[in-house]
Amino acid sequence: MFKFDKLVFGDAGWGDEFLIATLMTLLVSILSMGLGLFLAIITVWAKIIQNRITRFIANFYTTVIRGVPELLVIYLIFFGGNAVVMSIAKVFGYNKYIELNALTIATIAIAVISATYSSEVLRASYLAISKGQIEAARALGMNKFSIFFKVISPQVIRHALPGIGNVWQITLKDTSLISVTGLVEIMRQSRISSNVEHSPLTFLITAAILYLCLTTISGRVFKTLEVNYSKGFST
Amino acid sequence: MIEFLNSIQNSLIYKNFFLVLSGLDNTILLLLISLPLGFVLALLFALGRVSKITLLSRTIASYIFIIRGTPLLVQIYLIYFGLGSVKFIRESFLWYALKEPFWCGVIALTINTVAYGAEIFRGGIQSIEKSQVESGLSLGFGKFLLLRKIILPIAIRKVLPSYGNELILMVKATSLVSLTTYMEMTGIARKIMAKTFAPVEAFIAAGILYLFLNFLMVQFVKYLEWKYNPHLRLSN
Repeated sequence: MFKFDKLVFGDAGWGDEFLIATLMTLLVSILSMGLGLFLAIITVWAKIIQNRITRFIANFYTTVIRGVPELLVIYLIFFGGNAVVMSIAKVFGYNKYIELNALTIATIAIAVISATYSSEVLRASYLAISKGQIEAARALGMNKFSIFFKVISPQVIRHALPGIGNVWQITLKDTSLISVTGLVEIMRQSRISSNVEHSPLTFLITAAILYLCLTTISGRVFKTLEVNYSKGFST
Repeated sequence: MIEFLNSIQNSLIYKNFFLVLSGLDNTILLLLISLPLGFVLALLFALGRVSKITLLSRTIASYIFIIRGTPLLVQIYLIYFGLGSVKFIRESFLWYALKEPFWCGVIALTINTVAYGAEIFRGGIQSIEKSQVESGLSLGFGKFLLLRKIILPIAIRKVLPSYGNELILMVKATSLVSLTTYMEMTGIARKIMAKTFAPVEAFIAAGILYLFLNFLMVQFVKYLEWKYNPHLRLSN
């Protein structure tokens, strides 16, 4: 039933494969979290400037992606992404077959999902900044750029950190769905190993433990960050 | 005009829509069993979590920790592939349920939603003001009456918005059961994709149906919020 001895490192076991798979999961999570935050900032910006069209597009994007299962979004980007990229390339006169690699697809797919959650968190924390602060900065003669970086961003980060921590956990767990695209991360690795060794229980439990470690450790990291960023603000 | 209608009827997305629609009942079936079961169990687990029996509280806390720390996909695979590989389970009565992807899905979804739900209800129960409980006690309420008449109604009412979120997450989570060969909407969309090589049409058809399902869920939660918060309604 259990074959935990198969988890040794080297050619006799799956230890090193799982280590690489764990790093892959982390890599995808970090990349897509970063890209997601970037997309989220654009989405928030589209929502808060007084423009009906951008606001409609941003609301449509967040509503649709949050209302549709993550797996569906991943399938759509995985199977439909190549066609989209090729049709864009055709406009620029490039007619050959293009195939995006699994990591790129995975990162984009998870980022598109994670951005919708991040954007809600960021929007809420932006709205939590009192208007007086921005007015005060303007009165001091700061331009838009320095208002954003010196007044808005530091406060948004402080307000948003707990929420962003939650989004990170969701993103980390969503990367398990990427296994359907064939990218070898923890979930995929555990399926491969259990097919070879005919012992799904061993490797699925290994996967569960690895995910548990990742979420617990990153939870601790976010706790520390929160403490660091809320210095001077007793909670 | 007729040509235009014909072209719609012949379009792939229109045909796919009805194909995917045939999987809607399987999706709803999953939800109809796992959501009510999850609700009741989550309430019980939340009560256990706040109880003064340390062993019970600790056990439930670690259960919640493990389930919330691992992806749902791992849980579904553990139940479908993992438990199925154990010999004495295959020989026991459990096999009647576990050999069906449907029941594996139901079990996994229930286990998952109970963990999240219990944590939500715990928040609700702990946020009840002490004076409410004390006034109940001073009226001579017993423990059970206190629970039924004061604690649960207030707690459930308070957590309705966040439990609504969890319900929507569950609707989306049913799509993962398709990975265990259970043919609900995502599974059918996947099959159409494999047959026609038209991914966008297949998945958009499924996406519209999921959006609709979630829309209904949001309306349902809104109705519950309206019903159980009479003191917040505008005067009528």
